[in-house]
Amino acid sequence: MPPLIIVGAGQAAAQLVASLAQDGYSGPVTLLGDEPHLPYQRPPLSKKYLAGELALDRLYVKPAAFYEKAGVDLRLGTRVERIDRPGKAVILADGTALPYSTLVLATGSRPRRLALPGSELDGVFYLRTVADVDAIRGRFADARSLVVVGGGYIGLELAAVATKHGLQVTVLEQVPRLMARGVGPVVSAFYESLHRSEGVRLVTGAKVLGFEGKDRVTAVVAEDGVHPADLAVVGVGALPNVELAAAAGLKVENGIVVDAECRTDDPAIYAIGDCTKQVHALTGQPLRLESVHNALEQGRVAAAAICGRPPPTLQVPWFWSDQYDVKLQMVGLSQGHDQAVVRGDPGSGRSFAVFYLREGQLIAVDAVNRAPEFMLSKQLIADRARPDPAKLADERVAVKDLRS
Amino acid sequence: MTKIVFEEPDGTERALDLTDGQSIMEGAVRNGVVGIDADCGGACSCATCMVYVAEDWRVRLPAKDSSETAMLEFCPHVQENSRLSCQITVKPELEGLRLKVPPSQQ
Ligand SMILES: Cc1cc2nc3c(=O)[nH]c(=O)nc-3n(C[C@H](O)[C@H](O)[C@H](O)COP(=O)(O)OP(=O)(O)OC[C@H]3O[C@@H](n4cnc5c(N)ncnc54)[C@H](O)[C@@H]3O)c2cc1C
Ligand code: FES
Repeated sequence: MPPLIIVGAGQAAAQLVASLAQDGYSGPVTLLGDEPHLPYQRPPLSKKYLAGELALDRLYVKPAAFYEKAGVDLRLGTRVERIDRPGKAVILADGTALPYSTLVLATGSRPRRLALPGSELDGVFYLRTVADVDAIRGRFADARSLVVVGGGYIGLELAAVATKHGLQVTVLEQVPRLMARGVGPVVSAFYESLHRSEGVRLVTGAKVLGFEGKDRVTAVVAEDGVHPADLAVVGVGALPNVELAAAAGLKVENGIVVDAECRTDDPAIYAIGDCTKQVHALTGQPLRLESVHNALEQGRVAAAAICGRPPPTLQVPWFWSDQYDVKLQMVGLSQGHDQAVVRGDPGSGRSFAVFYLREGQLIAVDAVNRAPEFMLSKQLIADRARPDPAKLADERVAVKDLRS
Repeated sequence: MTKIVFEEPDGTERALDLTDGQSIMEGAVRNGVVGIDADCGGACSCATCMVYVAEDWRVRLPAKDSSETAMLEFCPHVQENSRLSCQITVKPELEGLRLKVPPSQQ
């Protein structure tokens, strides 16, 4: 029988391999990835790895021996160019056709690129891969100024690390508030003052017009003025890697459309991780999530489906971001909330939580240095609990007593 | 290298030499200890690297910080002797430490 082939060797793929082994999958598995590295964790790229606190091998999801032991034919530095669905094979750059019995697309996402004057200049970077971070870090030593285009969590984590490293950092964000896609306005406002207090120059509502410089970038030009930049990093969101799927005629809508078992509209092809779009069990709405939780969960779900096992219990989506000494932990999906309850004072200190409710039901929480609220809410949201908003706001009520 | 002994959920005992300076979680994952999921990779955000510490070792480990304490408070299967293995750094003083992996991290 031809092998199960996985395209893309990232976090979702590594989890799939682990879960297949656990679920007793006995057929051959081939894992094809275009990066030169074993599947690795991206979160540290804009955190400890960027800060130089972690060596590369500590990013690996699993050691090389794990893939050997699992009997996986692991081919790194190998890009799949095309899927031949009638022939049930994937085609590599050199024309080699590799037949599959089952195919899993785990191609992830890539940074959205800016097409502005000067955006191809040396010194303008994106941040997605080990190679990107190594290049950025290589410039830290002799750079004094960094302009970050985009005030999402990746850009802000970078801003925090670079500031600690002694660079003068400017963040240019197009919309009126930071991390607007991920958190509510109270949390955005907190992060704005946090970064300002750490010495970051912050422009919201900024309109970036282009990059200046002869061979190397020297400034970022925005509507509000020219911002000197020995280095510029663009973090303006990601696009799902759907081209293989689209060219093969699979259903794609800003993400490869998959069912609850992560199967595409071709029963022999699954898709997992950042590249997928799936109706979410919590909201009933189609959603594309870019998170470690989603990559791992879809890896587990697809493995169970492939092995004919019952699906694992789904977790409420969660996410985190580390900036300075502040840990942001988010759980749930806040879209459609009609009430936001703040616990603690975002204006003083670095610790508070915001609870989002819809018709009295808790649907999401943003917790800033508030692990208890985060952990309890994971359970409350899964239980579709309806906690008393007055208690949520009242710090005299212990977290464990917030259940009702 | 420091020897740490894990009891996996099915009772299998594994004595492993782990690299000093890294977390116990990292060493466990590297050696494929069954039942340490470590979904967040050590960011103290998932509580899926939880272990039970042998009674005689409990007081000998460095104390929990506030975020580990908080994560554990609401962690499923938590016991008095629970710790997050990503928050404990391997060092020679831990030679012979015994840990038990819970039946499930969910
Ligand atoms: C800087 C940064 C920080 C982050 N921080 C956090 C965080 O704090 N918390 C959190 O939850 N999430 C975070 N994320 C998001 C998280 O890392 C992603 O959601 C996760 O990596 C998705 O896993 P994946 O396997 O779907 O994709 P990826 O890990 O991107 O893996 C996909 C792989 O497939 C390869 N590939 C694509 N096309 C082909 C092809 N045709 N042939 C061969 N190979 C191919 C890609 O090159 C890539 O290596 C962060 C991401 C970044 C970039
Ligand atoms: S690995 Fe996530 S809390 Fe330890």
